[in-house]
Amino acid sequence: MELYEMTAYEAATALQKKEVTSLDLTESVLKRISEVEDIIKGFITVFDNEKVLLQAQNIDKLLAEGKEMSPLAGIPMALKDNMCTRGVPTTCASKILKEYRPPYDAHVAEKLQEAGTILVGKANMDEFAMGSSTENSSFYHTRNPWDISRVPGGSSGGSASLVAADEIFFSLGSDTGGSVRQPASLCGVVGLKPTYGLISRYGLIAFASSLDQIGPLTKDVRDCALVLDIIAGNDPRDSTSVPREKEKYAGYLGREVRGFKIGLPREYFEEGIEEPVRKVVMEAMAHCGQLGVEVEEVSMPNTLYALPCYYLVATAEASSNLARYDGIQYGFRAPEEDNLIALYRKTRNQGFGPEVKRRIMLGTYALSSGYYDAYYLKALKVRTLIRQDFERVFQDYDLIVTPTSPTTAFVRGEKINNPLTMYLSDIFTITANLAGVPAISIPCGLAGGLPVGLQVIGRPFDEGRMLQFCFTLEKLLGFKGLKPSIPAKGVLRDAS
Amino acid sequence: MNVSKKEVEHVTTLARLALTEEEKTLYTEQFNVILEYIHRLNELKLDDIEPTTHVQQLKNVLREDQARNSEKELLKKVLEEAPDKEKGYFLVPPVIE
Repeated sequence: MELYEMTAYEAATALQKKEVTSLDLTESVLKRISEVEDIIKGFITVFDNEKVLLQAQNIDKLLAEGKEMSPLAGIPMALKDNMCTRGVPTTCASKILKEYRPPYDAHVAEKLQEAGTILVGKANMDEFAMGSSTENSSFYHTRNPWDISRVPGGSSGGSASLVAADEIFFSLGSDTGGSVRQPASLCGVVGLKPTYGLISRYGLIAFASSLDQIGPLTKDVRDCALVLDIIAGNDPRDSTSVPREKEKYAGYLGREVRGFKIGLPREYFEEGIEEPVRKVVMEAMAHCGQLGVEVEEVSMPNTLYALPCYYLVATAEASSNLARYDGIQYGFRAPEEDNLIALYRKTRNQGFGPEVKRRIMLGTYALSSGYYDAYYLKALKVRTLIRQDFERVFQDYDLIVTPTSPTTAFVRGEKINNPLTMYLSDIFTITANLAGVPAISIPCGLAGGLPVGLQVIGRPFDEGRMLQFCFTLEKLLGFKGLKPSIPAKGVLRDAS
Repeated sequence: MNVSKKEVEHVTTLARLALTEEEKTLYTEQFNVILEYIHRLNELKLDDIEPTTHVQQLKNVLREDQARNSEKELLKKVLEEAPDKEKGYFLVPPVIE
């Protein structure tokens, strides 16, 4: 077994037992990257190998000196390229930020650095996190390691594919409407969107501020808990970060789940779902009986309205957040000598890709005079109904389980020209963002050789018990150990 | 409720974008498909429902107004990112003729 095939926990355990060094682990992932990255294309930036290896040697030195460090010290990882890293490019996969080098680190980047993890590079994504396939990156497409003609999902498609392809032990993504969970589902890895406010968004480039959350993408549930232990917690620099006592999520793993009550909302198993996906999720849930977990069908009648609600709220917020890109203070500026307004318009027109422009326009329209009540205000009211659906079910049930995505990974190019079809890919994930509740996707089986994700949704700040349930279920699912086989470089026919 | 190309043009101005004729036609078509889907919301009775602007109960998160990060080095770094600058200022085309 190659070192890069291990989970972060296995690698960290080997490190603590002094069976390997951080240098060994880092060399191993860099070797893997050199073998498969030309095919997967999950990175936008891979840092200078010498510098990355030097970092690993430093951690080895600190560990040898007996310095107390986090359980994941010395483990190589990647960040989605919308998280600021001081002095190194942070592009959001956009032409408008192509040369941008932030003067500061995001909160999560600081936390992971303090924890002694090794940042290897920045992951590809849909431009400004807008998309469900990573086809909206203005640089190149990322491929799904399970089938390279298919998309990895999005918008954190780079983060997910890198973990699935063993190019990295774990990564972070961001999730506004499913952008961590949907690619996790399509790539067969674990992806968590925490409760709104659990992780500081300081230094996360904003898309829709009332929905955005950062979350880990990992090889299994234990790794997810370990990463969450590092990045969760209050940060006064993000006023939406909730002040509460820090929990130890890894401490929930292995605890008894007998007596848990789970609701299966029927609306998530009816509209738009592919039958093989439904079947695999239901088969996974059949294990609940032997765990002493009670499963009942419930109804969340407003689910149907979540997607239209989301595309008003998210685009309205995006149109406002992205107003800052004007070519003056940082980023790309279009050549224009004479007129300030023309400079703004040319810069934004040349700097943004088609999906970003579409969403800015839709959001501007929804907020514009005469349409505010008909669109934006209406969407905010529907958001209340969706929140109430969750509150009602959580009065009687501990967790809600749904499929993560209505389909397995789709073929590149299949949905990119029809925005609405692409949006439907997030139909099961956006409700958790609108309600602000935590949700996690774990791989639960294969359909047609492609991974299927099962989504577990919890009450606000109930990540601990969600992880507890997922950890137990994961052991029974038999997905663990399954790996995609990535073709060698030479056989690549479709080089788009 | 259909959106016309003229309305799309108006939104383009509000959003400080400058689309080509082709883009305007395409976006007008796509807007209408998306908005038709969004009109699903009209099935709901919403008169007595309070809007949710935020999922959290946090209110007025305040802090002391203290100067931070004012070191010269950082200001220099911030300005380094500007596409055009002169003597410590951002440079822009003339605003007033």
